[in-house]
Amino acid sequence: MSSSEQGIALSVMDMDGTTQSKRSSEAPKRGLGLRRRLRGWADPLFHRTTQFFALLVFSLLAAILVSLAIGSWPAIKSFGPAFIVSPVWDPVKEQFGALIPIFGTLVTSLIAMLIAVPLSFGIAVFLTELSPPWLRRPLATAIELLAAIPSIIYGMWGLFVFAPWFMDHAQPLLIAVFGPIPLIGALFQGPPMGIGMLSAGIILAVMVIPYITAVMRDVFELTPAMLKETAYGLGATTWEVVSRVVLPYTKVGVVGGIMLGLGRALGETMAVTFVIGNSHNLSASLLAPGNSIASALANEFNEAVGDVYTSALIELGLILFLITSIVLALSKLLLLQLSRNEGRKS
Amino acid sequence: MNTRTIGRLAGLVAGVSIAASAIAVDITGAGATFPYPIYAKWADAYKKQTGVSLNYQSIGSGGGIKQIQAKTVDFGASDMPLKVEELEKSGLVQFPAIVGGNVIVYNVKTIESGKLKLSGPVIADIFLGKITKWNDPAIARLNVGLTLPADAIAVVHRSDGSGTTFIFVNYLSKISEEWKTKIGEGTSVNWPVGVGGKGNEGVASYVQKINGSIGYVEYAFAKQNKLAIAALQNQVGEFVLPGDLTFKAAAASAKWDKAPGFYEILTNQAGKDSWPMTGASFILMHRAQEKPDNAKQVLSFFDWAFKNGGKMAEELDYVPLPDSLVKLVQTEWKSRIKDAGAKALYP
Repeated sequence: MSSSEQGIALSVMDMDGTTQSKRSSEAPKRGLGLRRRLRGWADPLFHRTTQFFALLVFSLLAAILVSLAIGSWPAIKSFGPAFIVSPVWDPVKEQFGALIPIFGTLVTSLIAMLIAVPLSFGIAVFLTELSPPWLRRPLATAIELLAAIPSIIYGMWGLFVFAPWFMDHAQPLLIAVFGPIPLIGALFQGPPMGIGMLSAGIILAVMVIPYITAVMRDVFELTPAMLKETAYGLGATTWEVVSRVVLPYTKVGVVGGIMLGLGRALGETMAVTFVIGNSHNLSASLLAPGNSIASALANEFNEAVGDVYTSALIELGLILFLITSIVLALSKLLLLQLSRNEGRKS
Repeated sequence: MNTRTIGRLAGLVAGVSIAASAIAVDITGAGATFPYPIYAKWADAYKKQTGVSLNYQSIGSGGGIKQIQAKTVDFGASDMPLKVEELEKSGLVQFPAIVGGNVIVYNVKTIESGKLKLSGPVIADIFLGKITKWNDPAIARLNVGLTLPADAIAVVHRSDGSGTTFIFVNYLSKISEEWKTKIGEGTSVNWPVGVGGKGNEGVASYVQKINGSIGYVEYAFAKQNKLAIAALQNQVGEFVLPGDLTFKAAAASAKWDKAPGFYEILTNQAGKDSWPMTGASFILMHRAQEKPDNAKQVLSFFDWAFKNGGKMAEELDYVPLPDSLVKLVQTEWKSRIKDAGAKALYP
């Protein structure tokens, strides 16, 4: 923050300096002509340069997609669409399928969102509506600091602190309480090991909470005070103000924040690798070890020998890319749907 | 005066850079992580003596093979030896450089380190998911007099591809027909049960954290992390503990002279003191050298290491090659590694 302010101050001084020197040293007519000529080509140049950088994003995206497709071609050729639904992952016999990593990626992200979205919402509401003013700034800063912690730290915390505690205290309880219940019980089977899909989902939740909270808090603060005051004046409770005024006003930002968190959860690598168990076994139990796409890539790419193995891993990367795109597209659709329904509600 | 000092300085700088370029044929290598600590230690001592520095990147055996095939490094390193056909295809020479061992580690609070006895078939059944409790009759039969808990066994394996895994599954394939047909061998396999830890340190920390766990790590990691180590039954039926003596016994009983291209894996060797999960780490070099100066440096580095590096190896829980094997390796260098004019680069 302070550095950018400094930058602005410096550039202002700079502009002042140049104009002054021009005025003093050169004839005013010549100076004006020079400036006009400069404007003649500087503006289009600036326009073109920024346009070039913007379009560069497109070409980067296309280049990534193309190189992933080329890299995964041997695997696509030998396994076809069955790759997505096959649970086999056998490097020795060179048989590969993506079902388990896809399943693990989606399930851990889902667990993370189930925990993180309500919590972040609560934190953001407290910060913007309920918190005493003196607490707001330190709390908000603390949350932003959480977002800056590197993911490997979360992974190590997960493995060394959370997993042993989870194994000794929470998991036996979960197995005892939910295990015997039909249907739900299938989610809580197996010996308590501390690591597994549920642990990975919880660590992911902790990681994405600061992201979602920060965005939600920022957009909640954008709600015009007049709207809120009016609602309060009409006798609305805090919850009514949040759900009827703030949320409808900020829904684009809220969905955006959730998508940002989901994007991070889907692609998170190191923290998940530490606690998910890295096992290519399909299990309904959330306590069982699993695998995610990103963590399979991190684990196996170095030592992958042979074209098919390498390209199967690259195809996993391609699938992750597609999953993220689909999630993004769905969120856009959701927003469209919401804005279409806007008129009908009131 | 000012100009004179500058002139003198310039001369000094030029002199230094000329001197540096005259000595420095620095050598590069890449590959296996298992021998990295000893290669780094050798390289450090070698640099102090000769001024030649070795840049070794421990990127994994698979990466080492790829890098040497692409000729981006002077030598590659792999824990899994290449078969003779593969060597022929890429025009490579292969030789062992250091010996070490895998051990079975476990986390059962009531059984002290070294007290648990296991055999190859029992380990295979545990890692196949057929033995699931610590008090299984098959384990009890090997451990008469030991009270085994009724806890579930949590299997821990490597999640990344690794030479350590290769040595382990190679041993299981030699011991168990079912393992050989169902799972097979390689730097990573399709594990039927268990959780995967990244790297030796990952497996070691999982074994420390999970009650009732069993896993395999390189010996040095088990010692550093003070993990409980199991005694293993070797090929002739003796129960042995890992260490210098049993690793050396396995290396000595291998028939290196009858293994073309040094394709010899030290698991399940005969001899009553042999540790059954011993492994050698290999160096790969091109036969026809485009950069003969670098190749010469690589060979003299390993020549020096074989002569002077034994003690350093033992400090790090590796085992240096037996003298008879060093002679075989040197003969291989003499006859196989040539420059463009087909002139031998060693000695």
